Amino acid sequence: MLWAQAGRKDDLVVRGARVLDGAAGLDAVLDVRVDGGTVSQLGRDVPANGHRVIDGEGLLLAPAFVDPHVHLRSPGREDEETIASGTEAAAAGGYCVILAMPNTEPPVDSAAVLGALAEAARAEARIPVGFLAAISKGQGGSELTEMVELAESGAAGFSDDGRPVVSPGLLRRALQYGSITGLRLALHCEEPTLSGDGQVHEGAISAELGFAGYPSVAESVMVQRDLALAAYEGQPLHLLHLSARESVEALRAARERGIAATAEVTPHHLCRTDETVRTLDANVKMNPPLRSADDRAALIEALREGTIGAVATDHAPHARHEKEVPFEAAPFGVTGLETAFGALYTHLVQPGLLRLETLLERMSAGPARAYGLDPPRIAAGAPANLVLIDLSERWRVEEAGFRSRSANSWLLGEELQGRVRLTVADGRVAFQA
Amino acid sequence: MTPELRVMRGDLRVPGGSPPGGGRRHLLSVADLSADDVERLLATAASFGRSLEREVKKLPTLRGRTVVNLFFESSTRTSSSFELAAKRLSADTMTIRAAGSAVDKGESLKDTALTLGAYDPDVIVIRHPQIGAPQLVAGCTEAHIVNAGDGKHQHPTQALLDLYAIREELGRLEGLHVAVVGDVLHSRVARSLVQALALVGASVTLVGPPALIPRGIEAMGCEVAYDIEAIGAADVVYVLRMQRERMLEGAAYVPSLREYSARWGVTPERLRPGQRVMHPGPMNRGVEIDPRVADASHALIGLQVRAGLVVRMAVLYDLLTSGPVGVPAAAAVGVA
Repeated sequence: MLWAQAGRKDDLVVRGARVLDGAAGLDAVLDVRVDGGTVSQLGRDVPANGHRVIDGEGLLLAPAFVDPHVHLRSPGREDEETIASGTEAAAAGGYCVILAMPNTEPPVDSAAVLGALAEAARAEARIPVGFLAAISKGQGGSELTEMVELAESGAAGFSDDGRPVVSPGLLRRALQYGSITGLRLALHCEEPTLSGDGQVHEGAISAELGFAGYPSVAESVMVQRDLALAAYEGQPLHLLHLSARESVEALRAARERGIAATAEVTPHHLCRTDETVRTLDANVKMNPPLRSADDRAALIEALREGTIGAVATDHAPHARHEKEVPFEAAPFGVTGLETAFGALYTHLVQPGLLRLETLLERMSAGPARAYGLDPPRIAAGAPANLVLIDLSERWRVEEAGFRSRSANSWLLGEELQGRVRLTVADGRVAFQA
Repeated sequence: MTPELRVMRGDLRVPGGSPPGGGRRHLLSVADLSADDVERLLATAASFGRSLEREVKKLPTLRGRTVVNLFFESSTRTSSSFELAAKRLSADTMTIRAAGSAVDKGESLKDTALTLGAYDPDVIVIRHPQIGAPQLVAGCTEAHIVNAGDGKHQHPTQALLDLYAIREELGRLEGLHVAVVGDVLHSRVARSLVQALALVGASVTLVGPPALIPRGIEAMGCEVAYDIEAIGAADVVYVLRMQRERMLEGAAYVPSLREYSARWGVTPERLRPGQRVMHPGPMNRGVEIDPRVADASHALIGLQVRAGLVVRMAVLYDLLTSGPVGVPAAAAVGVA
């Protein structure tokens, strides 16, 4: 289930934008009219009927984005993010739906915590937000949560994200029992005795800088194990934030054998390699770590061909003082909601590594499908979930510009091209630049 | 009245130009140095070495300058030699250790740096258990920063003093072969030394058990061998300390110290005549180095300690001769 503030749906006309919705076979300069939050008409010279008119000339109009992996830090760390600030940041990034991870303080492992979050979201969420619930109580990895009650209370899926489900026995039980909820298990794949106290990708750069290495095999052995269990139980699963070539290869092989596995990849893993950690900047520290150029190439290829169907920001806000410390003392995680499209357009589409249509699909319909949500689309009769983008605008990522309460972006100081100008989420204008 | 001893300006080589970006100069990593930088620092150290042979050892060079030593990790050699180096150059020095400071009260590194930075020190020498701490301090003070060891990352003055000691002992650096033996994984000394030796044209072989030689380190331009026999071909055998305090509980890099000593301990039997043995200290006698080897190589280890003093004098001098931003170089040097 998704929750947001109640309010009036909007009436508007976006005039003269290039309307691009690959699934609908749509790529034309059109006017799009929204009546009461629903797309009512696409065409040329659509009458405004007194609606607010937005000039879309020279801009791109696409189905708005879905982020399946956000840390809203509520409850517990409202100094870092709240449902209000996180959904506002998401709207500014072009998102119409986000899913929040349950590794909060306390974690979302009971219907009571989930119910409180749903109530808070109804009061303050600027765009619809869903909440995943924990797989294990306290995310402790030993006892299953009451998955059926959580599902009935509206959980969007289940995950112990932030840490792996270490016990294969427990994961098997979650696949078995969770199957009756019809909700997806989303797995953080990390073998803890292999990742150890690893700080950055294990390779020539960790060797030279002296950081404890976090090898790619720490991820891929768990990917292989999780896929084997999913195959044995005949259940689907979703793999979070893949970072390594070996993980992609295991996933591709499993999908070819008919296992219903989906996966996501982050903008930072698609745009950067472990060369970036030479800066020793804690704002490029995240789990999994940035990996080699070869891993990055495998991730881009997997996203292009659809083996990985979703881009997920893994938006992980951290307080400034917790990141202004030496690299090893800093927590893992970077923000991403407000920069995802610009980063991927600049680093993948412009250099010709990914087609624009593919990027838009992987940021919208792809993640929606992974969790069984309705993909946003631009068609008469569909709820208006729209993003209007200026592909030519160049802008600098700066600490002062964020709607998020945190600014631990891996892109600080960088210039990006492509910026969101307007977001319509579930029929309401959620952001306008 | 004691006649003031002077180092002639011609003996001291002044660095050319500003660093890229035009900011303050720091010594954070050997990776930031060129072969010319190393040569200049060693030459300056040698001229200070000659001055220290005189009866009165103090030079007026850095009179009026302030050097703060900030040590978050235990140290005998490095902290004492930085302090003495600053004093020999007539700088005011102050040493702050984490134990007994506001760090005990939970003060962050940034706040400690801002506090000390408010005294306008010319140089902050920092040792810290975490990688990148000196960079962080460089970003929040106006001082020149010298990295005196940051976690497993870098210890550039150690590498420079090792080059100095090897050249004193063997008369050259280029073309030498150095075997670095032991716990490379946890060693900032090894990382700095590999880079420094590459700059002066020496070759390096890292020798040790597989889990203690970091995967991918060959990319730094060194050879790797797991068999202790590989030290046979080296001119210098550089023995590293087993850094038990940096090892994760239960990480099992080697099955036991006993097995480590048996396989990789540097013993008289494994050395050939004429090979020089070095160790950055402190030593674990009987673990990585046989006590007989430790005693036999004492002279060279003493040379390393003396080299530490003059090299650190050279580093302080070098950083301050280009002057803080806005002050002409000539005004910053108290050399006749």
